[in-house]
Parts: sequence; structure tokens; C-alpha cells
Amino acid sequence: MLTRILSTFGIEFAIALRNRWLSIAVVMMVLFSLVLSVAGSAPSGEFGADRLSLTVASLTSLSVYLMPLMALIISFDAIAGEVERGTLPLYLAYPVSRGELLIGKLAAQLVLISIAVCLGYGVAAAVAFWFSGAEAIAGLPALWRLVWTSILLGAVFLSLGQMISSLARRPSGAAGLAIGLWLIAVVLYDLGLLAAIVADDGGAFTTRVFPWLLVANPADALRIYNLAASDAVGAASGLAGAAQSIALWKPLASLLLWVILASGLARLAFGRVKP
Amino acid sequence: MLHISNLTKRYGGQIALDSVDLSIAPGERVALLGHNGAGKSTLMKMVLGLLAPSGGAITVAGHAPGSRAARDLTAYLPENIAFHPALTGREQIRHFLRLRGRPASEADGLLDKVGLADAARQRIGTYSKGMRQRVGLAQALIGRAALMVLDEPTSGLDPVSRREFYALLDDLAANGTAILMSSHALSEVEVRTDRIAILSKGRKVADGSLSALRAAAALPLTVQLRPQPGQAAQLAATFPEARQIGEILTLACAQSDKSEILSRIAARRTLIEDFDFLPPSLDDIYVQISRSAA
Ligand SMILES: Nc1ncnc2c1ncn2[C@@H]1O[C@H](COP(=O)(O)OP(=O)(O)OP(=O)(O)O)[C@@H](O)[C@H]1O
Ligand SMILES: [Mg+2]
Repeated sequence: MLTRILSTFGIEFAIALRNRWLSIAVVMMVLFSLVLSVAGSAPSGEFGADRLSLTVASLTSLSVYLMPLMALIISFDAIAGEVERGTLPLYLAYPVSRGELLIGKLAAQLVLISIAVCLGYGVAAAVAFWFSGAEAIAGLPALWRLVWTSILLGAVFLSLGQMISSLARRPSGAAGLAIGLWLIAVVLYDLGLLAAIVADDGGAFTTRVFPWLLVANPADALRIYNLAASDAVGAASGLAGAAQSIALWKPLASLLLWVILASGLARLAFGRVKP
Repeated sequence: MLHISNLTKRYGGQIALDSVDLSIAPGERVALLGHNGAGKSTLMKMVLGLLAPSGGAITVAGHAPGSRAARDLTAYLPENIAFHPALTGREQIRHFLRLRGRPASEADGLLDKVGLADAARQRIGTYSKGMRQRVGLAQALIGRAALMVLDEPTSGLDPVSRREFYALLDDLAANGTAILMSSHALSEVEVRTDRIAILSKGRKVADGSLSALRAAAALPLTVQLRPQPGQAAQLAATFPEARQIGEILTLACAQSDKSEILSRIAARRTLIEDFDFLPPSLDDIYVQISRSAA
């Protein structure tokens, strides 16, 4: 089983390299991180936070928007592309299970995303050290937390992308669905919550339902977890109060559950694809 | 090795396969013939477990099609084979080898066998159609499968490669591999397979060795007579039923009339320089059987 997964991983990674997905992802992450970390040049004393923690606060937003988008872009073609090329029937005639194929593909895409995140946020750390010296060490745990939670969020949306790819069966359809999912998950969902809060005006919805709904969205869960886990980051974002009213384990559990749920959904959807 | 009974497949209301029975023993090479849309590819996909039958049963060495055990035993060459264009032939075959649990180092030998050794490190996107087909053949040869299912394996291959391909098949069959292949190239199938099954509109209309089909079709042989120089007119007079094409006289001869015609030829042997009995070709038999089934 391991050989088959590893071999699929190797082949998929080679394809991703040749399609320039890795270079695109790395350039995207490094560029945005660089801009955000250099632009966040406000004197750090103001928030009582070190410079790197400040940067992590803005990078958290970057993760919320960019990780789902990048993951969906990388994964929407995973199954639909095989169907369109006509390469799927042969693989399914081999003694390899659909689960093994999916895991191999997921692993390759996840490594790709991890490299991009590590390089991008590594650059951000380098900038912080460059400007503020050893003081930035204080922000390293927060940065590390952001890195691994971003990779988890990436895993969630990679699996959702694979699910979409299986459901759509055609790359063009899958691309459309992927953009739709991104809009809903990271833009419209928050707008909807905001509208509901305004309408509710501090009622039962705001106090009881809202925190759960916030945590239930994996992108929001990443934001809350990172803001709440570090006082400095929370302070820098100005959202400390809101974020810290939610127990720390909840957003983390949500992220982890989503990783499992999304991969299960992808496997289900792939199981229904007839070659 | 392969047992198919009463196999039926419906797409919506349309029947693609209608109660087909077919069995293949180890070492047997069976050709599946039929017009476009007859149901050949559909049958093969069901043997591989890629499509679910609407009715009937299939077993591969006793296992359900598509089960792990069946997939371990079966090699498949799809029609219109495709690979990811960014991979090289060598990478693709090494991947297929590992998926079958075999050492990737066998790839070079396999690619050499199908004549792709020189192009092995080029991307498949740069390959010609025949070269892609050869990658497909190479992967089907992995690990000497017990059952090979080949959908139009020689399409796109040049005449020399076809010959080499059939030599590979002979070798496999001699070692006990059961082979099911579809083809439209009847002249190849004629000399290279043990049995021929013909599908027409989803129904099996014939199944047997070439000689059995020949007998069933009851087509006449063709007799060709070449007269001695200057004797053409006289010979034509003694064989009034013959048509004259250039020098040669041609007449049809039912299987049962062979000896009678032969004695007529013997009686006039002074007029005849040479003669031939030509059995009906598979083309003729195929057309006859398909027509009578329609
Ligand atoms: N996915 C499908 N949906 C509906 N009908 C289908 C589907 N696949 C095949 N068919 C129908 O089933 C019949 C058999 O098709 P099949 O591909 O098995 O033919 P074939 O014998 O392989 O033909 P060819 O010689 O052209 O390859 C055809 O009438 C075709 O239209
Ligand atoms: Mg076909």
C-alpha cells in the first residue's frame, strides 16, 4: 500500500513541478508575505507587541484568503483532469484503490503548499529580524503556529477541491465550482454572519449561535485560533477581545475535524466517478 | 480463466450488450470482432470491473471483476490510450510497475521490448500516436498477467511493430496467458488467434475457430486457373461458369464440390499451366455472418 501511495505521490509531484504549480505557489506566497511584512512598518511599541507578532497578525489574514484559494487552484484538476485526458480507466484497472490514489495526490499537493508557506513566511520572519533584530524572537512561536495551521487549512481545501473535481468531472466545471466555493467559504460566509449580527443587535444569536458558526468555518477557525493563542498577535489585530471569548480548543478541533471530514467527502465523491 | 455468462448491459433504454456468453481458457487467444458500436469496448470494461453489468455474471479466475485479486491478474490496454503529457515514457512505466508491486528497474527492459528505448526519456506529450500505443503495450506486458484484455491493440502501429507485437502475444499465450483482444484488422486476427467471437448490435453471432466459422458460413472457395499459352479460349469453353479476368479464369466452388472441380481440372491438365484453391478470407466470412445475423 505504501509503495503505491508513494509512487503516486512521486508522479503527482513531478507533474506539479513541470506544470510550474510549485513556482507559482512559492512566488505568490513570498510576494504577499514580503509586501505585508515590509508594509507593516508601524512602530511596534504602540501595541505592546514585537514586530514579528505584528506581521503574523497580517499574515493570518493572508492565510485566511490565500490558502483556500491556492489549495483549490492546485486541486480542482486532480480527478476531472484525469477523466478528461482519459487516463483514469487504466489506473482503476490497476491493483490500486481509489483511496490510495487520492492520498497520493493529496500528499503531493500538500507538500507543494507546505513548501510555499514555509518559504513565504520564512521570508516574513527574515524581514522582521532584519528590521528589529533579536526582539523578533518573541514572535517565532506565533509564526510557527500560523505555519502549521495554514497547512491544515490548505489540507482542508485541497480535499474539498478534490471533491469538487470528482463531482464536476470536467475541469472547466470544476474550476467554476472551486471559485464559487472560495467565495462562499471565505467571503460570503463572514458577510452573512456580520449581517446577522447587525440584524440581531446583541440578541441570543450573537451570544449563543454566532461563536459556533464562526468556529465551524475552517478559515475563520484558523483566524480565531491564531489570534487567540498569542496575546501579542491578538492585540496587534485589535480583535483580542472577540477572539479570546472562545475557548482555544474549539477552533483547533474544528480545523482538525475539517481535515478529516473534507478528505472523507473527497473519497465519497471520487467513489461515485464512473470511468 | 475468464467466464462470461448471460452478460447484458443497458445504457438507459438502449441495449449495448444482450446475453453474451464467452469463456477463455489459459493460453487461449480470442479475438472479439464487430462493427463500430457493437459492444466490444463495453464488454471489456465490464470484464475489468470499470462498468457494472445490467445482468449476467463475470468471473476472472473465479474472482469478481474489479476485485483486488482480479485486478492483480489482469492487464488492460484501453482503446485510445492516454497518459499525462508531462511525464516521460520511462517515468510512466516505472510508476505502473510500482503500482503492480514490481521493481521499477524492469522499466527499461519493457520499453526496449516495445522499441521505445531511445525515446524513453522524452515526455509522452512529444510522442507520436504509435509511440503512445507502445507505452500502452509496455504497461500491459508488466508481470506476465494471467489475463490480458486488449482493446484494438494494434491501432496506430506500423506493420513491422504489429508483427513484433503478435510475436510477444504468442510468447505470452505459450506461457499460459489468456488473451482477449478486439480488432478491426481481420487479416491479422485470421492468422494470430485461436478463436474468433463476433458481436453484432450487442449480440454474439459467432464464436469458434476460423475453420469452424468457415464451415458455418458455408462460403464457396475461389478457384483460379491459369491457361497454357494460347489455350485460354478452349479452357474457357470447358469451364463455362468461369469469369475471365485478364489471363486468369476465376470460378466459385462450394466446399462440397471441391473434388468434382479437382477432377475436371485433372481431366484438362494439358490446357492448364497452374491453378489455385483460395479459401474465403475472414473478411468474407465476417461480412457473411454479420449480414445473416442482421
Ligand atoms: N457511456 C455511454 N452511454 C451511453 N451509451 C454508451 C456509452 N458507452 C457506450 N455506449 C453505447 O454502447 C454501444 C457499444 O459501444 P462500444 O464502445 O462498446 O462499441 P465498440 O464495439 O467498442 O465500437 P468501436 O469498434 O467503435 O470501438 C454503442 O451503441 C454506444 O453508443
Ligand atoms: Mg471500442
